[in-house]
Amino acid sequence: MKVLLRNPRREIEVDGGQSVNRLLDDLELNREAHLVICNGTLVPGDAVLTDDDVIEVRPVISGGAG
Amino acid sequence: MTAVGSKCRVCKAPAVIDLPRHNAHFCAEHLQQLCRRQMAKAIDDFDMFDADDRILVAVSGGKDSLAVWDMLIEAGYQADGLYIGLGIGEYSTESGGYVRRFADERRLNLLTIDLRVDYGYDVPTASRATGRVPCSACGLSKRRLFDQAARDGGYDVVVTGHNLDDEAAVLFGNTLRWDIDYLARQLPVLPATNGFPKKAKPLVRLTEREMAAWCLVRGIDYVVEECPIAAGNKHLSYKESLNAVEAKSPGAKASFYLGFLERMAPLLAGHSAAAAGELNACTRCGSPTTGEVCAFCRLVEKASAQEPVPVEMVLARSGPRGGANGRRR
Repeated sequence: MKVLLRNPRREIEVDGGQSVNRLLDDLELNREAHLVICNGTLVPGDAVLTDDDVIEVRPVISGGAG
Repeated sequence: MTAVGSKCRVCKAPAVIDLPRHNAHFCAEHLQQLCRRQMAKAIDDFDMFDADDRILVAVSGGKDSLAVWDMLIEAGYQADGLYIGLGIGEYSTESGGYVRRFADERRLNLLTIDLRVDYGYDVPTASRATGRVPCSACGLSKRRLFDQAARDGGYDVVVTGHNLDDEAAVLFGNTLRWDIDYLARQLPVLPATNGFPKKAKPLVRLTEREMAAWCLVRGIDYVVEECPIAAGNKHLSYKESLNAVEAKSPGAKASFYLGFLERMAPLLAGHSAAAAGELNACTRCGSPTTGEVCAFCRLVEKASAQEPVPVEMVLARSGPRGGANGRRR
């Protein structure tokens, strides 16, 4: 499945069949600092992703304020 | 995606988000309900403002400021926005676009200031001219211009999108240094005093992740990319450290910050009043200042006299030096 990452913006290919939390762990990304969007919809950590999904891993931490 | 196993704690519909600090999952509707209730509790607990007050929201194009503007309008408050064009290259161009589209689509009143057009400088140039790290020049400019706009426009309160993560990170930095003056002033609402307008932070009970989720489920487009100058600053490293703790101990950030407000801030209240001190009117602009000429007027004088500095020229400097924002009132 295609996974869009940010800061910097880039796209990687990852095997499906894993949960959102597993994906974040494999990418060494903190769950508290990211949201995962699957085919345009926000999904929780136990959602299982498939090969056909288009995923965005969106960081939520900003360095400024507001 | 295969079927989601988790259900909303409230209605048992498929969940869109897990919030470990609440030990719960929520659907889009009840995530919004949670956010509304947390904001209302902050406004009420800290007596931030009421329905008759005119609110000026400091908007940057990021998730937090657009979310708080959206939430205030939805809750029936009278809230206008103020956007300041900081001149940080494409980042500022993109950020301004998100703010204008948000305001246009909802027919909200948006005030705008452009540092280069209105004051003859931008943040990269101010940083180079004054020797301040970029985040410091940016923060000084924004605070002063938000204060002035609130006074000129007759607004009762300036609202910012500072969230729980922002406040916990600042508290962490202030605590590492035991900076009592800053700790004493780190409150979610500051009353109007000495010519400064009242300031309030309605999102202090909500995390960055919750605010980003609010924007997603509400269809609010915001600038996702990080400010190129802020990358690598201390504020970000504090947030990363606190999130590492949060991952092991959900609720730690809320306990740290809200516990400070409940149990430590009252002990520092006397120090805060004593540290306020006497202020004069700046001889150039009339704004309150401890000296003869305020820091903003000194910055404008130096920065507007210098040739514009491209943002790329400050990028190499800002990362390794760590930037500012480690502490804030």
